[in-house]
Amino acid sequence: MSELLKRRFVDQIKVMFGAEPTKPKEISPAAQQIHFYKKGNRDLIAEKLHARAHATPKNTWRNRRWVTLIFANLLFTLSFFLDIQILEGALTASRFIGFHLIDLNSALQVMLAHKHIINNLLIGTGTVLILWVLLGGRTFCSWVCPYHLLAEWAEKIHLFLVSKKLVTDQNMDRRLRTVFWIIFALLALATGYTVFEAISPTGILSRALIYGPGLALLWVLALLFFEVFFSRRAWCRYACPIGLTYGVVGIVSPVRIIYKLDGCFHEGDCRKVCLVPHVLDTVIKGRAVEKEVPIGPDCTRCGLCVDTCPTGSLSFEVKGLSKLA
Amino acid sequence: MSEIDDETGSDNNGDDGNAPRQAAGNGKPAVSIAKRQTNRRRVLRTILLTGGVLGAAMSGFLPLVYAQKKRLRPPGALDEKDFLGSCIKCGQCVQVCPVSAIKLADLVDGMGVGAPYIDPRAQACDFSCDAVQCILACPTGSLTYHKPAFLSVRPGAALAAKPILLAKQNDPEPTLNMHERIGLARLSRPEACLAVQGKGFKGQTRGPDFKGQLRYMSVDRWKPVKVSSHPYDVAECDLCVRECPVKGAISIETVFAPDGRKRKSPVVHEPCVGCGVCEMVCPVEPTAITIEAGEVWKT
Repeated sequence: MSELLKRRFVDQIKVMFGAEPTKPKEISPAAQQIHFYKKGNRDLIAEKLHARAHATPKNTWRNRRWVTLIFANLLFTLSFFLDIQILEGALTASRFIGFHLIDLNSALQVMLAHKHIINNLLIGTGTVLILWVLLGGRTFCSWVCPYHLLAEWAEKIHLFLVSKKLVTDQNMDRRLRTVFWIIFALLALATGYTVFEAISPTGILSRALIYGPGLALLWVLALLFFEVFFSRRAWCRYACPIGLTYGVVGIVSPVRIIYKLDGCFHEGDCRKVCLVPHVLDTVIKGRAVEKEVPIGPDCTRCGLCVDTCPTGSLSFEVKGLSKLA
Repeated sequence: MSEIDDETGSDNNGDDGNAPRQAAGNGKPAVSIAKRQTNRRRVLRTILLTGGVLGAAMSGFLPLVYAQKKRLRPPGALDEKDFLGSCIKCGQCVQVCPVSAIKLADLVDGMGVGAPYIDPRAQACDFSCDAVQCILACPTGSLTYHKPAFLSVRPGAALAAKPILLAKQNDPEPTLNMHERIGLARLSRPEACLAVQGKGFKGQTRGPDFKGQLRYMSVDRWKPVKVSSHPYDVAECDLCVRECPVKGAISIETVFAPDGRKRKSPVVHEPCVGCGVCEMVCPVEPTAITIEAGEVWKT
């Protein structure tokens, strides 16, 4: 990894905790050359229009993701409903054919609140930690979390209303999520009660899907309502401590999106579909520090940008392995 | 999406795009009035969201406030405050229970969203699983065979001996691995008790529509059946004693009424673990015998 990418790696961690992405102070000569070439190249504009004309909207990764998400949650439901005992429990804690799996954020809350860690808790947390290190950290958010799917649909309604100029996206300070993370950790430690679990839409939805709906869903509805009419993807962007926990795991994960500068037309469609557009600051004209730049840990690896990019400048990559589609 | 203009590079929504910019002396770009307003609104919104989420979170503390009001937790549960703190709300205890005695609390139940409890009148724990499976399923030790050393045992909560399960009293290991009771049965309405009145009971206890299940050893050792499918005909009502799954926990005794006359009455003994079967099968409405959740044995 070049010095510039190392610097960017650290910057992206700061961005995850809420810092605003900044213009890079230094850009590698190779990238600089491409940036210079793109400036005012008329052929490129013609080429861009041509590519645009031929671009067909793809939903490859989105479809794969939705199938995975629904399958994972259905497996929980069916395991209980049909008593097939493959995946018992809920998203907060479960057993997959007998192996303990415990959600990292829930485990952390319980450890802080109860101050006593039994073996099963440790084993389950360790297993899940390894799993998501391998799979990409916030991959949990977009590929498993049931709230993510509902929020994605709510986002579509929100964007429709925005296009009709009926609502505007009220964005907020992203540092809030870090603040919430600290507040909920401190509350658990100080009060000995895992209060975040009471309002976690992930836990509420997961339990509702498995054990039947309850009034706690009203809170989830309120969040969705807020996201439709006021602030795009507000819970996932500005509040959810689970996302930050998995984001931290994603720092060391080999699964990530990689950006290739030379094919990019800097149209910014990827940033428009992205849940966390601050991780895609590198696609802005003149910002990429190298010819290839990996996307930061706050990325949920949802693949919407990969689907939307007409030139294939964004793709999935497993560090050390050949690039995926 | 179809426009091909290059991006402005701004991370905001572009509502500040038209404002004039001036270079300031301190190296930072000057902030226009419009942008300053936008920023101020953003700060206000952020505070609003903070307040909203934290407000909702505070409601999550209600179960702690109401913790004085006792709820029957599954066997092996830690004391209420420790229980609420350690429960990860996954419902694995719910999944393993053969009689579906364990339910997860909802928002308005005020006992922790997703935390398990037992409503013994609707469905008591009858130990059909033979081995307190819910404890085995618990991933965090909220339900536990061995309480960690730093947690104290309330006086009278500890059982004098491991309870003997009548259903397996002839097995090599007849006991349940329980060290503390989850509650205690109490004859809360002696005046309504059929045994006290010297009355018998004939028919389905709790009526034909009652959904509760119980393991009847005479029917099937391994399969609990509906209570409504098992009608009774007893000359003197002793359903609570007859169906109690724990050895020596309750018996019909001759006691002296306040007026000095002799009468029969169910009497709860020390081995009672608070499973709630007596409350579930009690034929009078409302029940004459109830489980006091978290109650301890007082000598």
